[in-house]
Amino acid sequence: MAATVVALAVQRNLFGAVVLFGVYSFLMATVLVALDAVDVAMTEAAVGAGVSTVLLLGALYLVGGMEAKPLARPLVPLVLSVAVGAVLAYGMQGLPAFSDPQAPIHTHVAPRYLKEGPKETGVPNVVTAVLASYRGFDTLGETLVVFTAGAGVIALLRRRQRKNK
Amino acid sequence: MTGDLILRIVAKLLMPYMLLFALYVQFHGDYGPGGGFQAGVIAAAAIVFYAITFGLAAAQRLVPERLVERLLALGVLLYAGVGLAGLALGGSYLDYFVLAHDPVHGQHRGIFWVEAGVGITVAAVMLKLFYMFAARGRDAGDL
Repeated sequence: MAATVVALAVQRNLFGAVVLFGVYSFLMATVLVALDAVDVAMTEAAVGAGVSTVLLLGALYLVGGMEAKPLARPLVPLVLSVAVGAVLAYGMQGLPAFSDPQAPIHTHVAPRYLKEGPKETGVPNVVTAVLASYRGFDTLGETLVVFTAGAGVIALLRRRQRKNK
Repeated sequence: MTGDLILRIVAKLLMPYMLLFALYVQFHGDYGPGGGFQAGVIAAAAIVFYAITFGLAAAQRLVPERLVERLLALGVLLYAGVGLAGLALGGSYLDYFVLAHDPVHGQHRGIFWVEAGVGITVAAVMLKLFYMFAARGRDAGDL
């Protein structure tokens, strides 16, 4: 994955960058499978590697294949991103150890979902039970976000089309 | 791109299975990995695949843009409607226990319709995005 990121950063050909982006998404999906998050891995493979690649290729068709030469050396963004990375790495020191059963996330509501979820909802896949039932309001909000994004794109691009005609 | 015989044949062979897989992911989400979001994206990807192989016009004959726009709203309304149904049957908003006599059965029914709503909206939005971008390309040149 690190190799993919480095290759992405130095890549000047945008087509190559899009393909590498897809490769990165698939690698990310395998990592998520290794972490036993199959639902998330599936979404990553379908959205990250599938649909975004198609949309990026569509955008590429509109803007042409090569990245423009940067006007100035981007020193400030470099310093900023390194600083943010350092802060994140520092923050990770405070996280509980990976797969620590005493971590707060495993002692709050998760045990109840795991123990009572299949009984209360009759749904063996706990992810679906939490997503659609216990956190039904959140998922309604997410669906509304997707809907709003679609409506926004329609509103923006349709006006453009009419102006062209 | 639209003249390639092998691509066309393979696309025709694969399309039913892709759509079937989307339905499987949608309705098997209770038991295995999957659900509305994933299924919606897979269904949209199948249509996008069709559009890339056979051209945008053919895909828009298959799934007209007006239908996509209707589905976009229908999914959200279906989700919100499940919530209202729970309200009407004497529960709280998005309370599935009241949807059937047996609470567990009610949960099942609620999750089924909610996931269906999510799937419909996600598929429609993805497809609409693709249609919009592809149509812009067609206006500029030809796709």
